[in-house]
Order: sequence, then structure tokens, then C-alpha cells
Amino acid sequence: MEHTDTQSKPNVFTIVDMEPNQAGVIVEIRGGQKIASRLSTLGLVVGANIKKVSRHILQGPVVVETGRTQIAIGFGMAQKVLVFCTQGGE
Amino acid sequence: MNLLLMGNPNVGKSVVFSRLTGVHVISSNYPGTTVEFTKGYMHFDEKTIEVIDVPGVYTLEPVSKAEEVACEMLDADNVVINVVNATNLIRSLNLTLQLIKKKIPMIIALNLWDEAKHTGIQIDVEKLQQILGVPCIPICALTGEGFKGLVLKIKDAKPGAYEYEEHERLHEAGNITESVEKITHRHHKLSEQLRDATISPVRGSLIALIVLFYTFQIIRFIGEGLINHVFTPLFENLWTPLMLHVSSLFGGVGFIHDIFIGRLIDGKIDYNQSFGLLTTGMFIEFGVVLPYVFAFYIILSFLEDSGYLPRLAVLSDNIMHRLGMHGMSIIPMMLGLGCNVPASLSTRIMDTKRERFIASTLMAIAVPCMAQIAMVVGLLGKHGEAGLWIVFVTLFAVWIVLGVILNRVMSGESTEMFLEIPPYRFPYLPGLIKKVWMRIIWFIREGVPWIMVGIFIANILHTSGIIEVIAKFTQPVICGIFGLPVEAAGALLIGFLRKDVAVGMLAPLGLTLPQLIVSSVVLTMYFPCVATFSILLKELGIRDMLKATGIMIISSLLVGGMLNLILGQCGWMIR
Repeated sequence: MEHTDTQSKPNVFTIVDMEPNQAGVIVEIRGGQKIASRLSTLGLVVGANIKKVSRHILQGPVVVETGRTQIAIGFGMAQKVLVFCTQGGE
Repeated sequence: MNLLLMGNPNVGKSVVFSRLTGVHVISSNYPGTTVEFTKGYMHFDEKTIEVIDVPGVYTLEPVSKAEEVACEMLDADNVVINVVNATNLIRSLNLTLQLIKKKIPMIIALNLWDEAKHTGIQIDVEKLQQILGVPCIPICALTGEGFKGLVLKIKDAKPGAYEYEEHERLHEAGNITESVEKITHRHHKLSEQLRDATISPVRGSLIALIVLFYTFQIIRFIGEGLINHVFTPLFENLWTPLMLHVSSLFGGVGFIHDIFIGRLIDGKIDYNQSFGLLTTGMFIEFGVVLPYVFAFYIILSFLEDSGYLPRLAVLSDNIMHRLGMHGMSIIPMMLGLGCNVPASLSTRIMDTKRERFIASTLMAIAVPCMAQIAMVVGLLGKHGEAGLWIVFVTLFAVWIVLGVILNRVMSGESTEMFLEIPPYRFPYLPGLIKKVWMRIIWFIREGVPWIMVGIFIANILHTSGIIEVIAKFTQPVICGIFGLPVEAAGALLIGFLRKDVAVGMLAPLGLTLPQLIVSSVVLTMYFPCVATFSILLKELGIRDMLKATGIMIISSLLVGGMLNLILGQCGWMIR
């Protein structure tokens, strides 16, 4: 269900669906306050700039870059972060 | 007045702590090395004050237990040294701003100053001080640069003056960072390429396999090298003649003689069979185990300080999820290969009780410590490598299968990994050497007494004949299920105390290779040594420890029995 929703806005993807090297701004965090506050501890809040570093395999974690650090995010959490992509990927 | 060291995970609080107090604590390059509060003392203003190394937190909103305790300690009598990562000011300031709201006297230590400079980040310290209203001091904790200034400034600590709206905090942290920071881009092509390659799923996994392969090769190379070229000659040329001399002073027989020197085999000392405190005891500890433990800790410390372990955590997250944990549980498993005791403590980096239970149980059952590995390699290695492979592959399979089962039957699910990946750093050699040294000293201090107790009891069991009673009692299991001779009962009993001594007790029994394999596997699985047991009891509580113990006993009976049957059928293949 979440999938069709994101497809309606052409430039908005979940972190999972972004291409490596694609960059953008976080526009929405789904799944409630608990996830949002956990993500915020490492600076992943609505409005933050991020760049995807590596793709997951077999639903493993995704690595993104924000500011000067790299962060590994579990697959399930990464699915809940929507990013408005401003720069193309590979 | 207490001095609290607070800051984000992996900003170097423990290094600062060691510098201030002279108390050496283990520090590494990954978040969560400090899982308990460490206290130390320092002289300050002609008084002795307490310094507390608080585990790293990102916020003061108490989420985990560590954060709760950290918040409780924040009262106005204390002074906080807020350790800040100069290479990532914005993240650190988020916590700093929260501390300022608490109105506690504080100073800020801008750690990793040299690394910030190196990567082209300049911070206007004066301006930062003005904005926040607290003293800021650039330091480099590893080399000790800036520490004099830091200590002098402690008395200038004061509550911060910065006012802000709570919901604007992250935004404010960003604004402050922007106004004091100047960045000139410098490219570090090689380290960046390495950084990206080691984290990508395909290339990264390949690199991980290569790293693990060489890790074990190097451990073996160093361990065997030390044994063959240093310790064996030392024992043969120095210790044995000395002990023979002592033996003759005692007249070669008698109770005291047998306790310290053990039984003479054909008038000679045989380290495998004599079982005296000064002969077999010393030989197991220094002649076999210590060289491998030393080798292991060199490699482990290098991997820790370089920042490779969090990458390994990311790559193994996938597998770990299937076993009911997440990637960071690779850390207790790696530490467990050295010694199960610190590994049990490190399970605190896991988020939930369920994950801690699974990680502790799997580690205690299927991860043999280096002391035991060294003895097993010594004992089975004589029969070629096939036996060793069977032992370690079996344990690995047990680890996987048991994890999958626990994940299925336990309610709840594993939490998601969420981890800041630290940059690669070339390990600071004096720091690395000190860390290896600390671990070796710790190992000798914790290990030697138990080895001696183990040897002593083994000796008493034999001379008093108690062993025969126990053997009779345990015969159905030991002979019936595991296919071992009754004398192996002694080894299993001593395994409660010390696994390396227990493996040593198998040596004189003249076991066949299949029997050696079964007993090595069972000795790893059936129960943790007493030191690990007491830590696990504290960490898990009585109920969960009973559960874990039940799982240990059942799985070791099953696996030992099955291995006995299989090797009984196909044993000819490895002979």
C-alpha cells in the first residue's frame, strides 16, 4: 500500500527504493513517534539532507550519508523514511 | 563534587577518562564500547574527586537503561565534561544543548581536534564559547594534547547561557554549527574508496571473508610461532630442569609433592599427565593458552581501533536477524572468541532483553574461548586438521540452528539496526599496545587462579578416588550417549571451572579422534566456565539463566550424542 502512495509523487522514494548515490531531503517519517525519535538521534529528521551510499541485499541494512557521517539503517526502518530526491543516482 | 564525562557514543570519553584518572579502560572505535559506568579518581584543587565515565548517549530523553541512570546523575552538585566530537559538531551539539537546559556546570572538550583539522574542518573556539556561555577546550585525547588546559578549566565550569525552544533544538544545533565551522574540502581518495568498498554488500562480504581468513591465519602464525620458538624452549630448557630439582627436594613423592609437581611419569615430568600446580598448571596457562590469547587480542584490538567491526556488523545484520539479533551482536561473538566473560558484558549493547538473552545463550553455548581453542588445537592438531574442522563446523552449525530455533520460539522480534559507522582510523599504536597489555594482565589475573583451582581439584579427585564415584554415577551419559570412557567424567566436571584445564585432562586418557571431537564439542557447549556463569547470572537474572542452562544441557546432549553416532558410523573417513 505504501508503495502506490510513493509512486504517485514521482520524486519521492523511501530510502530503500533510492538508487545508490542519489541524494535528497527527508520529507516524511512514517511509523510513529518512537521511530521518528530514534532516527532523530543521528540527525535523520524531516528536512535533513541525505545521500544513499549502498544498496541492501536480502533485506539487509541500507547505508546513507548525512552531514559527514555514514549511518546504517535496518531495512524495516529505512522503508519508513520518505525522501524527496533532488539528484539522480547512478 | 563528581566529574561526569558525557557525550555521544564513540567520541572518546573512555580515552579522556583514562587520561584524567590513570584508570585504564578499554576503548575502541565503535559505538557502545563502554556499557557500564566506570569510576575513577583524580587529584584536583588539592582534593580527590570522583570521575565517572558515563556510557555514550545521543539524547537525555531516557530510552535505554543506561540513559536513565545517566539522567539521574545530572544534579547541580556535579560538573559535566561534555566530550564533543569536533569532526561532527552538529550531532554533538544536540546533546550539549540538552545539557545546557539542565543548568549544570559544564565545560566542553572538543575531542578529535587533530582529525578535524586533518579533514579540513576549522572550528572557531572563541565564538563557540561566546554562544554557549561555557568554556570550550580543543583536545586530542589519544595523544594527550590539550589536557593540561582541560584540567585547569574544570574550576571555570558553569551552567550554559544559551536559550532555545525545545522543538527547535536540532535546528539550533545546525545554526550554531554553521556559524562557528569553516570547511575546506580535502579529498582522501583511498580511505574513501576503502570506506565504500567495505560496506557494499557484494564487495564488502568478499573483503570480510578475506579479513576473517587472514585474522585466523595471523593468530595461528603468531600463536604457534610463540609456542614453538619461545615458550616450548623456555619450558624445556629452564622450567623442566628447575621443577625436577624441586621434585628431588621433596624426594619425588608425597602429598605436597603431588600437589605442586604432580605424578612423575617414568621419573620425568610430563606436562600432559603430571597435573601439578607448577607443572601442568603453569604449562597450560603459559605454554599453550597465553600465546594464542596474546595473538588474538593483538588482532582483535587492531580490528576494533581501525573501525572495521561496525562494517562487519552491517554486513552480518542479515544473518543475525534470522537468529533473532541484529548486526551489532557480532561484537559479543567476536569478543567471546577471546574470553566469554567480557563478551557476556558486551551483550548490553543490544537493545532488548530478548536479544540479550539470545546473544548470551548462543555465545555461551557455541563460541569457544581462545583458552579452550588453544588446548583443542594442541590436542586434536596432532591427528591432522580434519578433526579441528569437524569441531568448529559443528559449533558453527549449532550456533546457526539454535539461533533460528530461539528466534522462532521466543515471542517478540528483533529490533532494527541503527548505527553510526565511524570513519576508519589507523590505530594509535601506544594505545593499541596498552590495550593488549591490559587484556593480557586481566587474563592472567582472572585466569591463573581458576586454572590452579582446576588443577588442584583434578588432582584431589584422582588421589582421593572421588572420581570413581562420579564416574560410576555419570556413566550412562558419558559412555552411553557420548561414547567416551568413564574417566572423561573428571574433565567434564572440571569444565565447570576452567575449559582449558578440562581439555588438558583429556590428554592422558588416550582417546580416539572421534572421542576427542565429541568431547571437545561437548566441553564447549554443556556449561560456561564459572567466571562466565557468574557474569551471565548477573546480566540475565536467575530465571533466564536457568532457561539458558536448560538449553545448554539439552543441546549438548543432543549434539554430543548425534556426533557420537555419526562418527561411529563414518569415523573411518577421518582416521
